[in-house]
Amino acid sequence: MSTSTDQRYTKVEHKKSFQLSMLLYDQRYRSITIQVFFLFMLMLGAAWLIDNTVNNLRALGKDFSFAFLNNPAGYDINQRPVEYNSQMTHGRAALVGFLNTMILAVMACVLATVLGVVAGVLRLSNNWIVGRLMTVYVEVFRNIPTLLWILIFGAIMTEAMPAPSAFRGDTPAASMIFNESVAITNRGVYIPAIMFARDLGSLQVGPVAPSISWLLVIVIIAAGIWANKLLIAHATRVQNATGVRPKTWWKSILILFGPIILFFIALGAHLDYPELRGFNFAGGTHLRNSLIAMWLGLGIYTGAFIAEIVRAGILAINKGQTEAAYALGLQPGKTMRLVILPQALRVIIPPLISNYLNITKNTSLGLAVGYMDLRSTLGGITINQTGRELEGMMLMMLIYLAISLTISGVLNVYNSRVKLKER
Amino acid sequence: MSNIESQTIAFVRDTMIPEQAPPLTEAGAIKWLRENLFSGWFNSTLTLLSLAIIWWSLAAIGPWLVNTVWNAGSLSECRRILDGTGGACFAVINDRWHQLLFGFYPSHLYWRPVLALVLLFVALAPILFTGLPRKLLVFSALYPFIGYHLLWGGSIWLPISALLGFVAGGIAFILVRKVNGLAAVFAAVLAPVFWWLFLAGPFDSAMSSVLPLGLDFVRSDRFGGFLISLVIGVTGISLSLPLGILLALGRQSDMVFVKSVCVIFIEFIRGVPLITLLFTASLLLNYFLPPGTSFDLILRVIIMVTLFAAAYMAEVIRGGLAALPKGQYEAADALGLDYWKAQRLIIMPQALKISIPGIVNTFIGLFKDTTLVVFIGLLDPIGLSNAIRASTDWQGIYWELFIFIGALFFIFCFGISRYSMYLERKLKTDHK
Repeated sequence: MSTSTDQRYTKVEHKKSFQLSMLLYDQRYRSITIQVFFLFMLMLGAAWLIDNTVNNLRALGKDFSFAFLNNPAGYDINQRPVEYNSQMTHGRAALVGFLNTMILAVMACVLATVLGVVAGVLRLSNNWIVGRLMTVYVEVFRNIPTLLWILIFGAIMTEAMPAPSAFRGDTPAASMIFNESVAITNRGVYIPAIMFARDLGSLQVGPVAPSISWLLVIVIIAAGIWANKLLIAHATRVQNATGVRPKTWWKSILILFGPIILFFIALGAHLDYPELRGFNFAGGTHLRNSLIAMWLGLGIYTGAFIAEIVRAGILAINKGQTEAAYALGLQPGKTMRLVILPQALRVIIPPLISNYLNITKNTSLGLAVGYMDLRSTLGGITINQTGRELEGMMLMMLIYLAISLTISGVLNVYNSRVKLKER
Repeated sequence: MSNIESQTIAFVRDTMIPEQAPPLTEAGAIKWLRENLFSGWFNSTLTLLSLAIIWWSLAAIGPWLVNTVWNAGSLSECRRILDGTGGACFAVINDRWHQLLFGFYPSHLYWRPVLALVLLFVALAPILFTGLPRKLLVFSALYPFIGYHLLWGGSIWLPISALLGFVAGGIAFILVRKVNGLAAVFAAVLAPVFWWLFLAGPFDSAMSSVLPLGLDFVRSDRFGGFLISLVIGVTGISLSLPLGILLALGRQSDMVFVKSVCVIFIEFIRGVPLITLLFTASLLLNYFLPPGTSFDLILRVIIMVTLFAAAYMAEVIRGGLAALPKGQYEAADALGLDYWKAQRLIIMPQALKISIPGIVNTFIGLFKDTTLVVFIGLLDPIGLSNAIRASTDWQGIYWELFIFIGALFFIFCFGISRYSMYLERKLKTDHK
């Protein structure tokens, strides 16, 4: 470890002229020697690899181009968040795959977080049987590969669930649950869909066409959350000035839920229930077995990891913090909200986000149950059909890399914001 | 006051009152139940809910698990024996356990993987338990070559000539060290490469023709089942730790170039799913190598898995390095230790101790991730379960195979995590 001080020291001490042997013996130059050697070896290796690749491509009569993305794909994708048919291009298929990856990742992250937080908190509870049950959950799911869980949930969906025909007849073998609104069959799960009687059409943004109604829903919810934040900030200001905190809860509820309910009523929102028609269910939203298996597999598996993170985060807070909060006269609820959680979150959030990253990367296991994600479309069928392994794999890796770097970039911003300011 | 005192009768109790039994609700099982299960309405609800969940899962799975068939040749025969009652058909395990464990390894040679596994534990023992004599570490160092020879067989001179490469590196290091430390490191890297590239082949063929010794050669495509998981997992684990340490040190280094290469490598590997790296190994490696070369798929997978785990390991160890107080580095400098001595004697022992949980988690993750090789056509347990299901005898059998595979993985991973807890307790030096 050469620090700047001892470098200055040697400079003052003896001003010898440069000799070749100093490259090996002198600390000032030695690191340059090592780096040059390292760089040289690396360049040599890279040159060798590139030369081989060029030679191999020439021998196979292939060129290096991404033009295949504009050719018609010629294969179907069963789950299409945007419009797609087999006449469309490979690029379009890759986009559909990417969206499927993101849908699955978000769904699994939500499930994993809910399960993880519940299991992590319950594992710390004084209740003996609940604690044991959660321990069993965490240990069983953590120690068995996620691929196996995905296959198990896939098999449960296809093998153990009733066929749509079982719902037919006067005394059906199976029945829909939740007041005749959800059907779980071996062809997937059918849930009610929200439909608008007066739909606002869709917006053309580049390759995708999102529905204007749903975009507005997102905007209204975001605006509600933002307005609520302003309201709470105002309440805090009033409290700081006068010592009395104005009641805000009914205003919050009004701001958060009022506009969205009005919007739904204005557009004539209603539920479209799935119905048994012919050999299958129609209407509602069809969640395919592959999606359900991936969602449950990834969500429940990662939930076990998040449970451990939450538990460790809560345990990491010194007991003195709770006692200090009680000494200040804070009630248990406020102690949790104002003292424990802000500190525990600092420990919990970074590994939590890295688990979200894991979920996103593990969506690439979709192939096991036939989920058409980015890896199955661009990295699977497209590569097989076009023979463009090199370009396809590179593009796919870049996309995954971009997702990962975005998520870890968010993590870094968060980390630097909540970091303990040390002096 | 004295007035009152004079009127009271002096009373001193001279016998103990016999102890009373505690109230019924404050003792024994009832107290325990009250405190641990029914301390309030919320806790009581949770308890009842958990009991319901346990009861429900036992009722669903219990009878199926109890009513099992262990001897049958096919699923249909199983169903005939079960005679309409629901029950597990573990006969498939009885029939195919050797495949799930060894893949298509020749059955008369099963003793070789078993012996390799036993020797693996012998080799691991001195590393895992410090109470054993240190001389056993020599065997641990030789184990990779013994293990390779036992599993794959072939001429005994191949592993020996590979081993001689390391010997050549060691000799070169000792010889050149007298001249200069840095040059010795270069020599120690270059000498084995030179040996393997130019001398190992002739040495191997010459010795094989003079003294043909060895075991029957088993091709890699005969490997399968847990054998393949263990081979990939154990090799990946043991190679990724040193590589991860080097990467972590490189990332902490003052040398800008070395540091940036390490950062790019780590972030790239951590940013892409393992499965894309495995596909790179199976599809793309042919592009990167000279035309006409092809080498073993298992070896390619091991390389990729090792690189993958090394990147994660590097981050775990970097966490350990960052957690060390700066004073430790300064103390090492103050003692006049050079970089490697400081790392070896002061920094690494502490940093590794801090990162044990993370390291073990990476190990477990790596071992579980070996199941992904099924996607590139290697027959790991999951791949074999698909193959077994594809046969006419066992078409449609799911749960029994999944339970068997899951149980084996669980035993391994749970065992490793328990060992790490033992290690953490043993290495704990603070007074908490």
